[in-house]
Amino acid sequence: MADARGLVKRRIGMRLWLSGGWLTLLVLAAIFAPLIAPQDPLMQDLFGGRMPPFWEAGSDAAFPLGSDSLGRDVLSRIIYGARVALGVALIAGTLTCLIGSLLGLIAGYFRGWPDMVISRLVDIWMAFPPVLFAILLIAVMGTGLTSIIIAIVVIDWTRFARVIRAEAMSQGAMDYVASAQVAGRKRFSTMLAEILPNVLPTIVVLLTLEMGIAVIVEAILSFVNLSISTDQPTWGSMIAEGRLSIHQAWWVLVFPLITLFLTVLSFSQLGEGLKDHFDPVLR
Amino acid sequence: MTLIRRILLRLLTMAITLFGVAVIVFFVIRVVPGNPIAMMLPPGAGEEDIARLKALYGFDKTIPEQFVIWLTGVLHGDFGTSITTRQPVLQLVLSRLPATIELSIMALVIAVIIGGALALTGTRRRGTRVEGAIDVTNGMALSVPDFLWGLVLILLFGVLWPVFHISGRVSPALDLPFSTNFYLFESVLRLRFDIWADLVSHMFMPSLALAIPLAAIIAQLLKQSLKETMHLDYVTLARTKGYDENHVITREALPNAVLPTLTLIGVQFTFLIGGTVIIERLFSYEGLGNMAIDAVINRDLPLIQGIVILFALIFTVVNLVVDLTYAALNPRLRHG
Repeated sequence: MADARGLVKRRIGMRLWLSGGWLTLLVLAAIFAPLIAPQDPLMQDLFGGRMPPFWEAGSDAAFPLGSDSLGRDVLSRIIYGARVALGVALIAGTLTCLIGSLLGLIAGYFRGWPDMVISRLVDIWMAFPPVLFAILLIAVMGTGLTSIIIAIVVIDWTRFARVIRAEAMSQGAMDYVASAQVAGRKRFSTMLAEILPNVLPTIVVLLTLEMGIAVIVEAILSFVNLSISTDQPTWGSMIAEGRLSIHQAWWVLVFPLITLFLTVLSFSQLGEGLKDHFDPVLR
Repeated sequence: MTLIRRILLRLLTMAITLFGVAVIVFFVIRVVPGNPIAMMLPPGAGEEDIARLKALYGFDKTIPEQFVIWLTGVLHGDFGTSITTRQPVLQLVLSRLPATIELSIMALVIAVIIGGALALTGTRRRGTRVEGAIDVTNGMALSVPDFLWGLVLILLFGVLWPVFHISGRVSPALDLPFSTNFYLFESVLRLRFDIWADLVSHMFMPSLALAIPLAAIIAQLLKQSLKETMHLDYVTLARTKGYDENHVITREALPNAVLPTLTLIGVQFTFLIGGTVIIERLFSYEGLGNMAIDAVINRDLPLIQGIVILFALIFTVVNLVVDLTYAALNPRLRHG
């Protein structure tokens, strides 16, 4: 058994290092985008359109991953696209986490009518196809970064609320909570001081997974051309353009797709790795 | 709780949920800043025309009044008229629904086959490298959503090795002799296997994209339940009777291990249906989801309402069926 546990531990460690490493790289690229991007991501050159990546004939060293049909540098657009993706992940993920976890804690710990109202809302939310709901909200609010963030928060709070409600419920039934109440703590402060620390590991895991989901939602919205304005490069809009010219210039689709794939995979592996890390049995 | 009471309670919650969805969609889309009427008229239309058109679609009344009128219509089967196509919403939606149902069911079948095969193989070869490889594949498949798998499939089987169609539902050159929109089912009934093959070649990529995450979930849970069952005494007994390992897994362990997976498939199937919206868009598949995105972009309010309500109805019905199947299969719930 000790051997198996060692194996699991090693695998968790590698997973955390790899996914954490890629995300760190991406954050640095986003912060220092103007310094490291070889070209202006918006600069068009209609004569330099659809140049292949550096290892193929007819490439230009100034455009290492090639250029799209308007002659814009693919690498620079990916680097600048990381700003939008990570910005959305951070802001939308955190806000969703705060609102969803708070509602979940209230429903699970206070029970009674707050639980009834919140659970009923969750049921209604679960009957919406999420992508359609997101597109609908964007159509209503108009495109833009704020709209995307609001849409993600409005749609995804139930992910946190559902899980945290169940956890808060089982924590609330434990003796230490009862003794805190007997000792005279107010209910709301018991919730924050006693329940919250015990569900915090779950919240952290969910937050990491939610950031990956936010990146995907932003990409889907820019794919259907409902994200932010077209003069800001995003991975989703690059993929949408690449999808159209897939038979003429595969690199316009492939490189942003690989970036998006690795990013989503990293967030998810980081979340799973953290889950195992917090698991007392495995530890 | 008896089964009848259980059903009645579920129907009641279902009605409340659907009403909630209707209220939210109705009010959310009426906060739209853009005026859908203005987009329908040619430039230079007078105030009079605008007023007439507003009255025609009921936009001149207050929002609660509009809601009552719309809800009364819906209860009578009238979902209003689409603004962009001027056709009844119900007719439009029903014409696209079969395409989405066929896609979802095909995806479900693929997911069950792949997931089941992986779970059985993993159990047969437990503790070996094969099981390790299956676990790693599952982890990958679960981490990445259907949208990205769709794009990967487009690259692999649409461009690198173009063996499947990656766009549309059926080749436009084909002459379709069908009287319903359930093309896939009807092509089998009419023994038109040429059309059937063309349909499958179009549907395989989008349905596989939808199936990959679900297949991974099935593989993971079923393998885990199988492994737990393999340690039970009756399985050991079957082994001592001399049955070979394949028989023990499929005939003895599987029937007892399958119930949790069936429940999970039911829940996950609604997520799969939700995924059709973007997958249909990605593969230009003429289903409900693709129509929904067009409706949102064109601000076709009556059509959006109709589609969202229909999706919500499908979700709640699937959940109800899952719940009842579970109750019927699980003796503790049936008699409890």
